[in-house]
Amino acid sequence: MVSEATNTRKKSVLWDWLTTVDHKKIAILYLIAGTLFFVKAGLMAVLFRIQLIAPEMEFISGQTFNELVTMHGTLMLFLAVTPLFFAFANYVLPLQIGARDVAFPFVNALGFWLFLSGGILLSISWFFGGAPDAGWTSYVPLASREFGGIGIDFYVLGLQISGFGTLISAINFIVTIINMRAPGMTMMRLPLFCWTMLITSMLIVFAFTPLAAGLLLLMLDRVFDAQFFIPGEGGNVVLWQHIFWIFGHPEVYILVMPAFGIISEVVPAFSKKRLFGYTSMVFAVLIIGFLSFMVWMHHMFTVGVGPIANSVFAIATMTIAVPTGIKVFNWLFTMWGGKLRFTTAMHFAASFVPTFVLGGVTGVMLAMAPVDHLYHDTYFVVAHFHYIIVGGIVLGLLAGLFYWYPKMFGHKLNETLGIIFFWVFYIGFHLTFFIQHILGLIGMPRRVYTFLEGQGMDTMNFISTIGAFMMSVAIIILVINIIYSALKAERVTEKDPWDARTLEWSTNTPIPEYNFAQTPQVRSLDPLFYEKIHGNGEMKPAEPLDDIHMPNGSILPFIMSIGMFIGGFGFISFHMDLFISPYVLIAIGGITFFGGMAARSLQNDYGYNIEKETVESMEKELS
Amino acid sequence: MADSVDVKKGLPANPEKATLEGKNKFLGMFVFLAGETTMFATFFGTYLGLRSGTASGPEPADLFQLPLVFIMTMILLTSSLTSVLATYAMKKNQFGKLKLWMWVTFLLGVTFLSLEIYEFVEYYEHGLGYTSSAFASSFYTLVGLHGAHVLFGLGWILLLLLRNRSRGITLYNAPKFYAFALYWHFIDLVWVFIFTVVYLMGIGG
Repeated sequence: MVSEATNTRKKSVLWDWLTTVDHKKIAILYLIAGTLFFVKAGLMAVLFRIQLIAPEMEFISGQTFNELVTMHGTLMLFLAVTPLFFAFANYVLPLQIGARDVAFPFVNALGFWLFLSGGILLSISWFFGGAPDAGWTSYVPLASREFGGIGIDFYVLGLQISGFGTLISAINFIVTIINMRAPGMTMMRLPLFCWTMLITSMLIVFAFTPLAAGLLLLMLDRVFDAQFFIPGEGGNVVLWQHIFWIFGHPEVYILVMPAFGIISEVVPAFSKKRLFGYTSMVFAVLIIGFLSFMVWMHHMFTVGVGPIANSVFAIATMTIAVPTGIKVFNWLFTMWGGKLRFTTAMHFAASFVPTFVLGGVTGVMLAMAPVDHLYHDTYFVVAHFHYIIVGGIVLGLLAGLFYWYPKMFGHKLNETLGIIFFWVFYIGFHLTFFIQHILGLIGMPRRVYTFLEGQGMDTMNFISTIGAFMMSVAIIILVINIIYSALKAERVTEKDPWDARTLEWSTNTPIPEYNFAQTPQVRSLDPLFYEKIHGNGEMKPAEPLDDIHMPNGSILPFIMSIGMFIGGFGFISFHMDLFISPYVLIAIGGITFFGGMAARSLQNDYGYNIEKETVESMEKELS
Repeated sequence: MADSVDVKKGLPANPEKATLEGKNKFLGMFVFLAGETTMFATFFGTYLGLRSGTASGPEPADLFQLPLVFIMTMILLTSSLTSVLATYAMKKNQFGKLKLWMWVTFLLGVTFLSLEIYEFVEYYEHGLGYTSSAFASSFYTLVGLHGAHVLFGLGWILLLLLRNRSRGITLYNAPKFYAFALYWHFIDLVWVFIFTVVYLMGIGG
């Protein structure tokens, strides 16, 4: 009665992508959008590194420098790294747990479109009076109505909208992992990438909501003249820092946790060994997740919160080094005595370990409250967090890209070009950022658009900029690799090109929309590897072949996101001279968004069934 | 398929959690409310940090009238009770009772919201504008956000009732009613904290 035959109607390509609720297609959308923001933010970094190549350069103005620095940080953290991890999570996570789809396909699509519309809203600030310029942390009073430009309004509303998308995606991931695992996939057999995504998603639920609250407060201050951060009217500026960092520190782990997960998948696959200390890895992730909420004030040692608070937060911060150390040693022990294959993915995974450790060590240095007065707001801090973010997170992302590429696109990336890319990127990265530790120690401040001659900073800044150029060249090599591989590389038809261990490699390539014709029966950790040793190398089915129920596509997520975009722009336009009143824009946006919600709840959406015979013929065709 | 279960032969004991979709909605709602809790916690923290920042404007003790707030609290608590009764009716497959108690919940919610609007107008006339002081901003934001949640809940329940007015209880719509009930309890819980932290502490110190 309910199999409305929507799947038989032929859709145009564009309509198909705008209405899709298939987690694999949403993953590709995330990958494309995240990459665009990544490249954009990277180019911004190159621009301000050119400004810093020599003393007293006048390549860009101080104002532009502030805007570029702010946008570089904001885009990288909110609109590049998280979406790229969501791309992998969306694609791989349901496959790894043996599910046909995520728990809420509609919400998943809505999450993507909201993220994108928030990102676009943030990006168009350049055309409406300037980008945000108060740093990615947007501290008041620098970001208040009195001192901050209109760009801050774009910052506040763009992040609010894209953050909402991130939040609902996270809820979706949590429910998917907890409720939709294949039979036999107990929590302690869950692949580590799923574990880290689960904890990441929980961190998002508990950290993005304070951010949403903080952004709302800042918006009310700026647009509706509230007094939260105005000391003269009883407000408090340090309040912003508390709210921001109680989000901001977990955010670091929101970014790095999935990288931990990817490394924990790639290292065993290319070491031909089970991950060393699986259980301790899981508990390390849990402990790190918990502790990440206990340390926010280490970003505020120099604010003057007092010696007791400083001591407590310094100790709590250093405690995080313990579970992190457990993880690092587990990766090393996994490789120890393994049959290592140095593919490009493994290059990235193996090089992740020392660079991440270096970032961690400088982290412990910064955690010492008294010494932090020396490091505070210098390039030492910049170097530290880029060792975590580039030397950890980006290397993890690239390892994941090379590892899962055959599953996602049906062909491998070229390995020779990949390894050239790795070395150019890796050397460029160290040239850029290692030297910034020393620059920071001799006193070069962050966020200052130029420096004077004869302070011993000329050569080091020059080298740093050359490193940034090298990383850009590396990214160009990656783009060439992607194009070359798409044109030349052999199609991968086998299911398991890497001889890997987890469930995603047991599916056909390309993956049919229902993922698994029959839900697999999981019998061990590393289920595919277990079947290779104890069975015929194929997963045993946990259910008979039957009709498969799939969700219908919907254009509503797209429309609702446009509504959010218009409404968000309305709130910003209070400080603009537009031909249309802000209230009208807000009303249009609100009606579109909530109208979309109402339409969704009023329609009958039972999805459709793929008949058993269709599944059989599709499976035959693929294998 | 969820909807093809014949309800005349009786629903399962927990129709809201009988299907995977229902289980997903149930868990998803709880996770969402966990996030909401954190968000409200941030607003509570803001209020507590700023409530003495009255900038020589009206102070909490000048404004708050316990009788009105007490009546509002009672109304909202009762509405939570009626939504429980609706959930019980749902589990017993009594569609008429479900609708009745949901409508009662709706009306109590509307009454509460009207009183809140009346309260805000009253304070405004006593000189507490939104921009008067940090206390004013944080008070109106915290309590107003709760009010916005009530409003959203009222729209939600209205849509549910209109959509399902003649459908009976199915495995498809039972999770939806249940998710609403969870949300409504959450709103109630937040109000208990507002009553304590904002009003009682505002008057008693």
